[in-house]
Amino acid sequence: MKIDRRKFIKFTSLTTIGLAGTPIARALTGEDSLLAPVKPEPSLDNPLTARRWAMVIDLRKCLSKEGCTACINACHLTHNVPDFGNPKDEVKWVWKEPFEHAFHEQEHEYIDEKLKHAPTLVMCNHCDNPPCVRVCPTQATFKRETDGVVMMDWHRCIGCRYCVVACPYGSRSFNWRDPRPFIKKLQPDFPTRTRGVVEKCTFCEERLAKGLLPACVEACPEKALTFGDLENPESEVRALLKENYTIRRKPALGTQPEIYYII
Amino acid sequence: MLEKALKGTKAYWIWVISIMAVMGIAFLFYLKQYHYGLGVTGLSRDVTWGFYIAQFTFLVGVAASAVMVVLPYYLHNYKAFGKITILGEFLAIASVIMCMTFIFVDMGQPFRIVNVFLYPTPHSLMFWDTVALGGYLVLNVIISRVVLDAERKSIPPPGWIKPIIILSIPWAISIHTVTAFLYAGLAARPFWLTAVLAPRFLASAFSSGPALLILLCLLLRKFTKFDPGKEPIQKLALIATYAMAANVFFVLMEFFTALYSDIPEHLMHFEYLFLGIEGKATLAPWMWASEILALLALILLLNPGTRRREGTLVLACITVFISIWIDKGMGMVVGGFVPNPLGNVTEYVPTLTEIMISLGVYAMGVLLVTGLYKIVLSVRGEVRA
Amino acid sequence: MYDAGKIIIGLIIFLIIITFPVWYNIAMGKATYIPQLEYPVDAEQCVADSAYIRASHMDLLNTWRDKVVREGERVYHTPDGRRFEMSLSNTCMKCHNKKEEFCDRCHNYLAVDPYCWDCHIEPKELVP
Repeated sequence: MKIDRRKFIKFTSLTTIGLAGTPIARALTGEDSLLAPVKPEPSLDNPLTARRWAMVIDLRKCLSKEGCTACINACHLTHNVPDFGNPKDEVKWVWKEPFEHAFHEQEHEYIDEKLKHAPTLVMCNHCDNPPCVRVCPTQATFKRETDGVVMMDWHRCIGCRYCVVACPYGSRSFNWRDPRPFIKKLQPDFPTRTRGVVEKCTFCEERLAKGLLPACVEACPEKALTFGDLENPESEVRALLKENYTIRRKPALGTQPEIYYII
Repeated sequence: MLEKALKGTKAYWIWVISIMAVMGIAFLFYLKQYHYGLGVTGLSRDVTWGFYIAQFTFLVGVAASAVMVVLPYYLHNYKAFGKITILGEFLAIASVIMCMTFIFVDMGQPFRIVNVFLYPTPHSLMFWDTVALGGYLVLNVIISRVVLDAERKSIPPPGWIKPIIILSIPWAISIHTVTAFLYAGLAARPFWLTAVLAPRFLASAFSSGPALLILLCLLLRKFTKFDPGKEPIQKLALIATYAMAANVFFVLMEFFTALYSDIPEHLMHFEYLFLGIEGKATLAPWMWASEILALLALILLLNPGTRRREGTLVLACITVFISIWIDKGMGMVVGGFVPNPLGNVTEYVPTLTEIMISLGVYAMGVLLVTGLYKIVLSVRGEVRA
Repeated sequence: MYDAGKIIIGLIIFLIIITFPVWYNIAMGKATYIPQLEYPVDAEQCVADSAYIRASHMDLLNTWRDKVVREGERVYHTPDGRRFEMSLSNTCMKCHNKKEEFCDRCHNYLAVDPYCWDCHIEPKELVP
């Protein structure tokens, strides 16, 4: 087995010492240059925790940069989301949907044409009362009681797609075929999926565990996405909800979506 | 007793082997699906359930409809059904096994299906559907076995079987009710979010099931010495008539609520099914055919003259069966997915692979029915020499 | 029993056929073959001793899987106080980074086909 000194240090520091967050690991991987200066080290010792994670999407800021897909690219790259290039096999975690589709109960005849077709960012709403969890016959999708993240256990999913049927937001994708050949750049830290299971946004729980914000939030050049603890009155999301009138998708269904939109 | 299915004339074996050939070909198609994934079907992100689940739903109805012979015979002691009750039960067994197979072939990870039992989840209707169907299969296997065994020995069936038979009656209702609940409890799908779905499922089941049983009885009469007699056939026809009338009534109720309330989210599904949206109207001819056939069936069944004449009754049974097969299978399942919850219209057409696999599952059902009916007729000495 | 002779002869033939691979391997001198695994040379100590890992690594991985995915717990504490991230790709395979020479040799020998790598990425796959 061939392993040079540099590689050896990198591996061991990432796995064991890295857990304690040594600067060596970061210096070697060189992935900290874009992080905010005060942010703690990405380490399992400093996870981001909350009672109830939620996101506020400021659509005004989001739309100000036309054709931007930074968040989508970041998410799909981080999570090995395949790109099949056709709508039939499509798998997506976060994407843009015309406003009139994302919020069709809000749409009306004289709504501003620009808003009507505005590409609105949508993803899993991490509902407080998730219908997908209710219908899953194996608890392969479940709500984490600690922080409200609606999780997927890809080892357990039998691929019955009942959750896809039950989701009122079309947030879930099924792997109609082997996704591996359609992933442009494999990320080693995160698994791919196998054919025959359902997948969706997980609020980047694997990043939160290391103290990192969700990839989409971090990637947004306009800072249009704010992520935080809904049950902490001091949190940034609570401040935004207080200062702005926000709407949620299909609130009448009682699912209690936790993605809020400032229009 | 099973050995009786293994002794037969040349014609019987030609029939059995041809069915097995169909199953064999279908199995090759399934292997293709197993290796590639469900992408070989016409399903997509927007229409995630299709032909397989449609057949499953339809066949749960056929399985449940055995209660339409079991109930009069055992509960009301209606002797005329004596000869055909076991046929109804065996049809139920074959249907439940087909249902389970359709679920199996619809799974993305079929061999993980045991997870449903390893992690039982009472808040999922799918868990209850599994329990209901499995239980119904066990009940019918026990009942038909014990009753047929008694018949072979020319003794009355043992007393302990009676409570089990009585239990099978509400159980039959439950399998189709729970199947309707799979759909009717989803906030995401306004088309299915209707309390009349379970009653409608039962009505359509109690019409299509007896219609199929009539056809099977007449086929048996043609090819074997079995003769069900005129009375049970007419009684079944009457049951199918009432049930079909109820079914059409329920469908009209759905139309009223959707059309009069005028809620776009509800209405759009009907619009898609019967008129098409944005020029996409693949299912429209099928839906119209289904409605016209339903009307034709009702005319033939409600009119005593045509109901009593065997030729027209056969026609009525065929129209009932096809009408409900379209409406409950493709119309009900696919209609719920188009438009999707975001208002996008994605159409669905089953692929050849999907149809071949389904054909194979049906072939398996035909094989089961053939074998099981062969046993019944052998026991009764009614096999044509 | 009817036709006892025929049935017993049939059973004997069946047993011979079904155990043929065993006889074949003994005859070819392959019965004592033990797969040779390549261990990492430079790496530090494993998360547990080799006897335990050899017998129960699959149980350990299943426990890790459920802890991480279902309970959100990610750090594994060894009895001697070391800490590891519970991860097949990011911990185990950082040292055991040659799947073919390590995992596969034993799995192939035992004819087991774990589906771990249907999703988890082996280091080799990252080399374009």
